[in-house]
Amino acid sequence: MPDARIIPLDPSAPRPRQESADKEEGFLDFLRRRLTGDYTVDDFGFDPDLTDHVLLPPLRPLYERWFRVEVRGAEQVPSQGGALIVANHSGTIALDALMTQIALHDHHPAQRHLRMLGADLVFQTPFLSALARKAGHTLACMPDAERLLSSGELVGVWPEGFKGIGKPFSERYKLQRFGRGGFVSAALRARVPIIPTAIVGAEETYPKLGNIAPLARLLGLPYFPMTPTFPWLGPLGMIPLPSRWIIEFGEPVHTEDLAEEAEDPMAVLELTDTVRERIQQSLYRLLVQRESTF
Amino acid sequence: MGRVVLVTGAARHLGGLMVRSLVRDPAVDRVVGVDVVPPRRPLLGAEFVRADIRNPVIGRVLNSAGVDTVVHMGVIATPQQAGGRTAMKDINVIGTMQLLAACQKSESVSRLVVKSTSSVYGAGPRDPALFTEGMSPKHPPTSGWAKDSVEVEGYVRGFARRRPDVEVSILRLANVIGPRVETAMTAYFTLPVIPTVLGFDARLQFVHEDDSIAALHRAVTAPATGVFNIAGDGVLALSQAVRRTGRPTLSVPGALLGVVGRALAPTRLVDFTSEQVRFLTYGRAIDTSRAQRELGFSAKRSTSAAFDEFLAGHDLGPGFVSGILDGATRLIATRGAAHA
Repeated sequence: MPDARIIPLDPSAPRPRQESADKEEGFLDFLRRRLTGDYTVDDFGFDPDLTDHVLLPPLRPLYERWFRVEVRGAEQVPSQGGALIVANHSGTIALDALMTQIALHDHHPAQRHLRMLGADLVFQTPFLSALARKAGHTLACMPDAERLLSSGELVGVWPEGFKGIGKPFSERYKLQRFGRGGFVSAALRARVPIIPTAIVGAEETYPKLGNIAPLARLLGLPYFPMTPTFPWLGPLGMIPLPSRWIIEFGEPVHTEDLAEEAEDPMAVLELTDTVRERIQQSLYRLLVQRESTF
Repeated sequence: MGRVVLVTGAARHLGGLMVRSLVRDPAVDRVVGVDVVPPRRPLLGAEFVRADIRNPVIGRVLNSAGVDTVVHMGVIATPQQAGGRTAMKDINVIGTMQLLAACQKSESVSRLVVKSTSSVYGAGPRDPALFTEGMSPKHPPTSGWAKDSVEVEGYVRGFARRRPDVEVSILRLANVIGPRVETAMTAYFTLPVIPTVLGFDARLQFVHEDDSIAALHRAVTAPATGVFNIAGDGVLALSQAVRRTGRPTLSVPGALLGVVGRALAPTRLVDFTSEQVRFLTYGRAIDTSRAQRELGFSAKRSTSAAFDEFLAGHDLGPGFVSGILDGATRLIATRGAAHA
């Protein structure tokens, strides 16, 4: 109900009190939208209002103060239209994906929302499933990937999956197998560029030293990690180590002229390998450049 | 010569609307409504035959009237409407078999339009965001109306194979909603306290009752045939829909919701079958671009608009919450003005 607002007589001189009143009013507007259901979610369940005002803000301190993320090559990501971000996956839980989402929203001129493709497990798990959908993510399957890319969205995929985040600390920064190349066919069909992305720092957040397999089986998880602090310190052990991060968006691999190769498994696997190789090379280069881990 | 259309399920709300819509169409000469029970309101301008499609009487009706188009809307959604799950399954499955057997023998029938449901796609965590007509369900329905509809569609496909000269269309409708229609979903959203599944927020899609009739009517007259998804544009999150009703919610674990449902079953207020609980957990949405492209149909009202019309028809809305917020806004405004 748009009630008549009282307009200040001299809008050029906002007083501190007036400012705080505006803030309160903005908050009330938000509250009204949320409590009366007056907002829109897209076909995937993405709720931009909630993502911008509630889901992303608590991640920012982690991004800026704790991991002190440095973004490189943001200009490689187009300001509009579909593109596929492909990155390495590490760190026991998928913090790297969340930090990439912040990087693209806060440190890209177009403030792009990253729409990630998640594992089955995410959408089976209570709370996580609801949160993931609201934050704009969807199940990693060909129809959803193609639909998002061809409607001009920026899509993120971590093809190593659980093999990547769940690998032992001794294998840090060694890329695992890149799935079956499904992400490459999706990009080819939608004719969008693939942006190889290297993330350095996430490996050291939760160094996974071991796996308690029986417990993982019991809980239906892919692994149950042991780190230097978890589970020994209980909830305290869940605090990630404050490693220093670099997220580098690489030069895009253009696919406009390759659409017919989407049906050619050989070409798809070759392109998958190219992308994987470029990320691996970037990781080695960044590791040399990195001055300190923490 | 105009068309002669037979509508099954004509005594119920949507069937009645369909009959009235066809009566108004100048290209249609005769409309014959069929149902097991008499219609609540007289079907002006149409003929009504009280017959059970579960027995062979239906064949005689088809022949004596010279029916050229059959609109099958006789599949019922809740056991309450039939007087028990066994009777419901009989009407849905055996009824469809009898109707199709009669159509197969008929020389006059040249088109069959079947009202089906998007629930044939099932509901589950591995579903794509939107189903297209060609996708097979990842979690096929195992019970109730949805399973009946899968079987009905199977028989219809069999019929289409045996009578390739008959044009067959199947319309998979999203949940029909509106100011007057009564379904499991309208019963759910009018509960005094609305139970939801803890930790999940289903994506819902609705189609307004008038739009669903327009789609079926279009399938009777349009040149195109085939399987078509029909829904209003966009989706609503279940939590969002519930907030729009202004009713309080109670989040319970999914397993418990089934138990609550069984406890409430005798009250006939609402039915929480396992299929319904899965739907309220994971939701479902369908891609309607084929209907727009080939059938030339798009729903006039979006999912959100259809739901709002349902709320207006039932005098539901977040008036109480809005009132509190209005008060707070006025308070801040006057305080701001006082200091300005």
